[in-house]
Amino acid sequence: MGKKNLYALAALTGFIVVLPLVIGNPYYLGIFIFWGIYSLITIGLSLLIGYTGQISLGHAAFFGIGAYTSGILSTRFGLSPWIGMIAAIFLAAGLAFVIGAPALKLKGHYLAMATLAFGEIIYIVFNQWISLTGGPSGFGGIPAFSIGNFSLESDFSYYYFVWGIVLFVFLASINLIHSRVGRALRSIHGSEVAARCMGVNTSGYKLKIFVFSGALGGLAGSLYVHFVTFVSPGTFSVMFSIVLLTMVAVGGMTNIWGAITGTAILTILPEYLRAFQDYDILIYGAVLLGIMIFLPEGLVLGVFNIMRKKIILREVEEEKLKLKKSR
Amino acid sequence: MNPLLRIEDLRKEFGGIVALEGVSFTVIPNIIKAIIGPNGAGKTTIFNIISGIYSPSKGKIWFKEERIDKLSSHLIAMRGISRTFQNVQIFNNMTVLENVMIGCHPWTRSGFFSCVFKTKGNYKEEKKIYSRAMELLEFVGLADKRSLFPSSLTFQQQRLIEIARALATNPELILLDEPAAGLNARETIKIAELIYRIKEEGISILLVEHDMDLVMDISQEIIVLNSGRVIAEGNPREVQNNEKVIATYLGEKEFVKDKKP
Amino acid sequence: MSFFSQLLQYVFTGVAVGAIYGMVALGFNIIYNATGIINLAQGEFVMLGGMVMISLTTGLKVPMILGFFISVGIVTLIGAVIERGAIHPLKNPSVMTLIIITVAASILLKGGAMFIWGKQTYTLPAFSSSTKPISFGEASLNPQTIWILGIMAASMIVLAIFFNFTMTGKAMRACAANKLAASLVGVNVKLMVLLSFALSAAIGAVAGIIITPVALMDYDRGTMLAIKGFATAVLGGLGSNIGAVIAGFIIGLMESLGAGFISSSYKDAIALLVLLFVLFIRPGGIMGTTGEEKFKK
Ligand SMILES: Nc1ncnc2c1ncn2[C@@H]1O[C@H](COP(=O)(O)OP(=O)(O)OP(=O)(O)O)[C@@H](O)[C@H]1O
Ligand SMILES: [Mg+2]
Repeated sequence: MGKKNLYALAALTGFIVVLPLVIGNPYYLGIFIFWGIYSLITIGLSLLIGYTGQISLGHAAFFGIGAYTSGILSTRFGLSPWIGMIAAIFLAAGLAFVIGAPALKLKGHYLAMATLAFGEIIYIVFNQWISLTGGPSGFGGIPAFSIGNFSLESDFSYYYFVWGIVLFVFLASINLIHSRVGRALRSIHGSEVAARCMGVNTSGYKLKIFVFSGALGGLAGSLYVHFVTFVSPGTFSVMFSIVLLTMVAVGGMTNIWGAITGTAILTILPEYLRAFQDYDILIYGAVLLGIMIFLPEGLVLGVFNIMRKKIILREVEEEKLKLKKSR
Repeated sequence: MNPLLRIEDLRKEFGGIVALEGVSFTVIPNIIKAIIGPNGAGKTTIFNIISGIYSPSKGKIWFKEERIDKLSSHLIAMRGISRTFQNVQIFNNMTVLENVMIGCHPWTRSGFFSCVFKTKGNYKEEKKIYSRAMELLEFVGLADKRSLFPSSLTFQQQRLIEIARALATNPELILLDEPAAGLNARETIKIAELIYRIKEEGISILLVEHDMDLVMDISQEIIVLNSGRVIAEGNPREVQNNEKVIATYLGEKEFVKDKKP
Repeated sequence: MSFFSQLLQYVFTGVAVGAIYGMVALGFNIIYNATGIINLAQGEFVMLGGMVMISLTTGLKVPMILGFFISVGIVTLIGAVIERGAIHPLKNPSVMTLIIITVAASILLKGGAMFIWGKQTYTLPAFSSSTKPISFGEASLNPQTIWILGIMAASMIVLAIFFNFTMTGKAMRACAANKLAASLVGVNVKLMVLLSFALSAAIGAVAGIIITPVALMDYDRGTMLAIKGFATAVLGGLGSNIGAVIAGFIIGLMESLGAGFISSSYKDAIALLVLLFVLFIRPGGIMGTTGEEKFKK
């Protein structure tokens, strides 16, 4: 990991630690928790889409599988949420393996459609397998995590718990990107044929990163369900897969930091825009379209680049002026 | 001497179009062997089959006495065959250095776990990869460009990155697909030197090239391909005097010994 | 009801929805052939066709036939605007960008529809509402089904004439066969892309208008229609119009028979499973080639 990343990570950690101390409002604390939970999924998506170049329009399904697994095990079977969490991760990963193995042989539009269809199928199952999932209205009464006798029920403690996990996953992902495996993943994005000819087992790596991102989705689902204590299928529709994609795109797909920033923007901002509540789809559509057309590097990098270009242009102009005067 | 690579009766069809038919040849260790032939003769297709991108419709390929025609590309690369591409296939989303570091993939081991947790073994391996990649960048003369992205380099420099990347796999055989295409005379001479230096390292080179000066100067053996069939094989002098070859190239400016500006 | 009349009843339903899937698949094919893009907003054209028609005929009391043509015209225009606004400005877009752009266009249209029409479900009177269902024993054929099949056939004929006998249609086919060659002989490729979006929006709108009297319509229908239409297109061999029609009936029948005899709760999953199955096993579809290289590129 480069020095830049190390400082940035330290700054992020500091920010995360201080945030709830500055903004104590429990309502915002809840939003920051969602920010953390969604970030887990978007980090995985960033690795999959931005770095490896493989699209998924069905990641809400892994989130949902995690939520239902953890929720069902801890209510219906009375198991500890921790067991639920582990089961959530493994089930989501297993499902990612089963669907990813054939799907990742496809490219581009076909992969997009296959993952979209997969997401829809899982969504239908959530709605229709009523005996297990409670159908469209879902079920509640899901317990919170606890460590020994200490319950993580309070938002304050849960915030640190979630963000502890997020920062760990984030650090792990940054390490991964700047490593032998990370280079292999990026090479697949660059040119799959060339990657293969350099000895990179591209289908193996694609599957591994798909499973990894699926597992992160499952983990996020478990963290989600023990926080809101209630689960229903609406949360895991294909629309949410697209919202996740929008988060990654807004932050900038080609940089893992984009996952966290994009998620922050699209989790926190809507809370300030009342209009968002009713017309969220319209706004997400407009934002996604606008970003893809005008700022394909994402909001942060895109704006930064535009500013830099402006500054450089101004400097060039000044140089020219100086040259003229000196003549 | 045992051949390094042996190809027997290779045939490739693309939906009815026969691109290769009955192609057989061998490559011995530490040699520069060229495949020449007019456009569409099937030269790149041979490379694509050797490197496992296409599977042959018929025929067998051995590398060091092992059948490789059923292996997938990455396994072939691991066996010791590396290549460059006619239409440069560089990784534009990575720095020059990282492009070459990818080449070190076949002889390194770090998996997900050791990469995520930066284990000691991973740290050591990363150091090895770094120094090998730097060594190769120096070998092709691009060490000072290491932290740039390939898109900001010239076409020739991108070609050199591809060669360095291919060498990083520690190959015993390297397939170069038109390394001098689009280069001027001075750049071509440099490439020729480079190819010679690669051979000095004990690596065999299979070269596809349209620049006849270059081919005749540096290769010890030449295969001439026309419409997917081998029409002549031998050393440069034999090939140049072969009537079939002359007939094939009649009117083609490439065979006339003059240099593009 | 006897087994046979039950079967017949399901076949009638299956044929009607199958025709719609076939038409959505045609829409996919038109854009795919001209541009290589899979337009994920295809389902929204269908939804919009139905919605606009509803507003015109039940809201503004525009006569049925006039309403039909105005609705198709409006949606065609929307298709063209999408192309000009979202596809045209891109320079050398990657496949990834195109996918995300059409997804964005899709949810933008969906959001727009929700903004205008809200979340409720709308109905549209049948085209010949006076006619009684035609009975075949205990089963009965909804007259709208005949309209659906008739209008589908008419659209197919119009498309066939357009592609085979008009200069523009031939130019579009040339474009599909080889873009570079087409542009060399003077075909305006960019214009053909625009036309393909307009045309595919138009056919989507027609499908939406004719299905609404039997299937109702709301803002949220697009995605599912798009996936099912895509399943149809892939089953029929992407780019093949005859394949699309045949596959449409196959999927429509599978769906209605599956819903009738097996379980209606998983009805929507059937087409999706077919899609996954075809993509994983035989990406060329039933009518298409098995050319893996093309589909796995
Ligand atoms: N993927 C493919 N699908 C269909 N046909 C192909 C494919 N690849 C190559 N061909 C055909 O095979 C023949 C040989 O092509 P190849 O690229 O091997 O020629 P080449 O000798 O490398 O020519 P050049 O000197 O122009 O590079 C050509 O007719 C080409 O059109
Ligand atoms: Mg070639």
